[in-house]
Amino acid sequence: MITAPAPVKETKNYLNAQTGLKSWLLTGDHKRIAVMYLIVVTAFFALGGVFASLIRLELATPAGDLMESNQYNKVFTMHGVLMVFFFLIPSIPATLGNFLIPLMIGAKDLAFPKINLLSWYIYMLGGVFTLYVLLTGGVDTGWTFYTPFSTSYSNGYVVAAGLGIFINGFSAILTGLNFIVTIHRMRAPGLTWFRLPLFVWAHYATSAIMILGTPVVAVTLFLLVLERGLHIGFFDPAYGGDPVLFQHLFWFYSHPAVYIMILPSMGVISEVISTFSSKKPFGYTFIAFSSVAIAVFGFLVWGHHLFVAGQSIYAGLVFSILSYVVAIPSAIKVFNWAATMYKGRVRLETPMLYALGFIGLFTVGGLTGIFLSSLGMDVHLTDTYFVVAHFHYVMVGGALLGYLAGLHFWWPKIFGRMYSQVWSKVSAALVFVGFNLTFFPQFLLGYMGMPRRYHVYPPEFQVFNVLSSAGASVLALGLILPAIYLTWSLKHGAIASANPWGATGLEWQTSSPPISENFEVTPVVTTEAYDYSTVPQEVVHVG
Amino acid sequence: MASQVVPHEEVVTLKHHFANDEQQLDASTIGMWVFLVTEIMFFGGLFLAYFAYRQAYPAAFASASNKTNLWLGAANTTVLICSSLTMAMAVHSASLGKRTLLVLFLILTLILGGVFLGVKAYEYHDKWVHHEVPGAHFDCEGCDDAGHAPLFFSLYFGMTGLHATHMLVGFVILSIIIVQASRGKFTAKWYTPVEMFGLYWHFVDIVWIFLFPLLYLIDRSHTGLK
Repeated sequence: MITAPAPVKETKNYLNAQTGLKSWLLTGDHKRIAVMYLIVVTAFFALGGVFASLIRLELATPAGDLMESNQYNKVFTMHGVLMVFFFLIPSIPATLGNFLIPLMIGAKDLAFPKINLLSWYIYMLGGVFTLYVLLTGGVDTGWTFYTPFSTSYSNGYVVAAGLGIFINGFSAILTGLNFIVTIHRMRAPGLTWFRLPLFVWAHYATSAIMILGTPVVAVTLFLLVLERGLHIGFFDPAYGGDPVLFQHLFWFYSHPAVYIMILPSMGVISEVISTFSSKKPFGYTFIAFSSVAIAVFGFLVWGHHLFVAGQSIYAGLVFSILSYVVAIPSAIKVFNWAATMYKGRVRLETPMLYALGFIGLFTVGGLTGIFLSSLGMDVHLTDTYFVVAHFHYVMVGGALLGYLAGLHFWWPKIFGRMYSQVWSKVSAALVFVGFNLTFFPQFLLGYMGMPRRYHVYPPEFQVFNVLSSAGASVLALGLILPAIYLTWSLKHGAIASANPWGATGLEWQTSSPPISENFEVTPVVTTEAYDYSTVPQEVVHVG
Repeated sequence: MASQVVPHEEVVTLKHHFANDEQQLDASTIGMWVFLVTEIMFFGGLFLAYFAYRQAYPAAFASASNKTNLWLGAANTTVLICSSLTMAMAVHSASLGKRTLLVLFLILTLILGGVFLGVKAYEYHDKWVHHEVPGAHFDCEGCDDAGHAPLFFSLYFGMTGLHATHMLVGFVILSIIIVQASRGKFTAKWYTPVEMFGLYWHFVDIVWIFLFPLLYLIDRSHTGLK
């Protein structure tokens, strides 16, 4: 096992430039902070996954034989809180975005390295609050914290959970702020806006949502904590307030937040599809502006979460129409990805498999979103498993698959090692099959009327629930595999070249892993993005 | 030019990842403005709640707003506007490299900020004594629509409390900047922290400029001045 480090080694890079725990915990290097984020985000994902497993285990039978209703409430709440706030939102921006944006724009670092590190510590502090909630007995409100249940009746640790998410929000705000300033001011000479990789455009749009939306949920949770902790009331009718106001404020952020989760994935997919088709993305400007359009329209549709909450029918109509409109920029992306592959030299490497999975699943998730944005249909489907299936198709089938595609795509760049091609393809297949088996039956369950958030259900729903739980096992296996072979690759993987996939983009022109300063000399950009004529096409990785 | 410049310690203020001073200053400035945008959204949620409830329960709000102390509120508004002036003078002094003036204006700003917080604390105490804090002991004597009157005070404490928290944070940062300024950290060439803090301070003032009429003035005349 301990083979002498062969002739090639001993090149300086950001990983070995300094050693010791302190050199990591006090680093300003965006690449190291990205790796630190990667570690904790993965840990929170695993924890959220444990709760998902408990849910599927309980639902394998119609009776409540594993948990009582109160425990079940806490389990699905923790699953939602961990996955949404501690995994999906930071997943791609804080890891891949943090690592890649300075590299992609030819900068030495983000504009504010210390603020970048601070955002990691804020994230950790928010995480500590959430773990405290977990260890002391949990919270049972659902991840949406609807009032007045959360402020007046819940038995859980609402204040600590609210504060955890409040604090965590500031890490996203600081990351978004850093990205916006960096993209505006740190681009290499010659790198104009329309030469930027689409990944950067997607992150720019994401950052805009982060800085405009996150403060609103922060203040909403602040008010929630005031009401529950100090009885300074805003939402509970007992204090003269209106619970629907909470829903408006909450969804004003939380709907755009789903675009915080999906837009970075779309950025990843644009890079991966282009690279493995060796073709410039079809309609670069359309894809770039569709990210911005999604960010803008994303702020105008929150009311579709309130169709049955007593909002006026006219407001409902407007929100319904605007929700349809979001489908347009999303569809532009899907069609453009398909057109990019058309007549391209498509190579089915692991990142591409995940990307193709993304396109299929995101399309299903998006189209079922159209069902939900139509007023009449939504009344039937509200709070059923149809909604659960819809957002898991977007959040797991979309955001998570995009994250996995990106992780597999840039892994050689981040750690300088290749992973097992066989196992990674097996994992991609397992994830795709397991995911569909888990969530497709839930569309049917929801259409048949099974409500979400109950741990017992009528026996006639059992077949689909068993299918779903079986699928979850396959999905879990598919997600455990990368944890093993990627970790294994850190020591034993083949050494990756600077550009193992034959990709364009500045990040592939520096060594793998990059040096601390990213580039030996600041690059000067003279060509459009995705100019494959400059990439030697015989480059095919080994692994 | 400035007599206080110590010639031997030419401090390197350009961070390694910036190409030049201009890029670094631009980054700080854009960063600060973006941060202020997030602050607007942060306060925005509370303003929205205020507008929604004021619209829904005008009688409760009109009568409850009489319980605020108009003269203390007006005095505090004046104090804050003056502190914005001294802050602007401080930034100007920094740009001219006049260290003594810079420190003087910063200290004046600090004092005015302190006065504001002191008056605010007195007002809070007064509300507490008169049972005008929402909760079990709440009692709004003579308020119309008493069922919704607590909302006004919830918003009053929520909005002015959040504002006062921002003042407190500013107070701490300002103290640090005063120490740095007196040690000669800032020069006419580089005084970015002073300038950025100035933006923050003005922003917090502007929030108050909106809070004062919303909480103290609107509809007050219905029931006359106290």
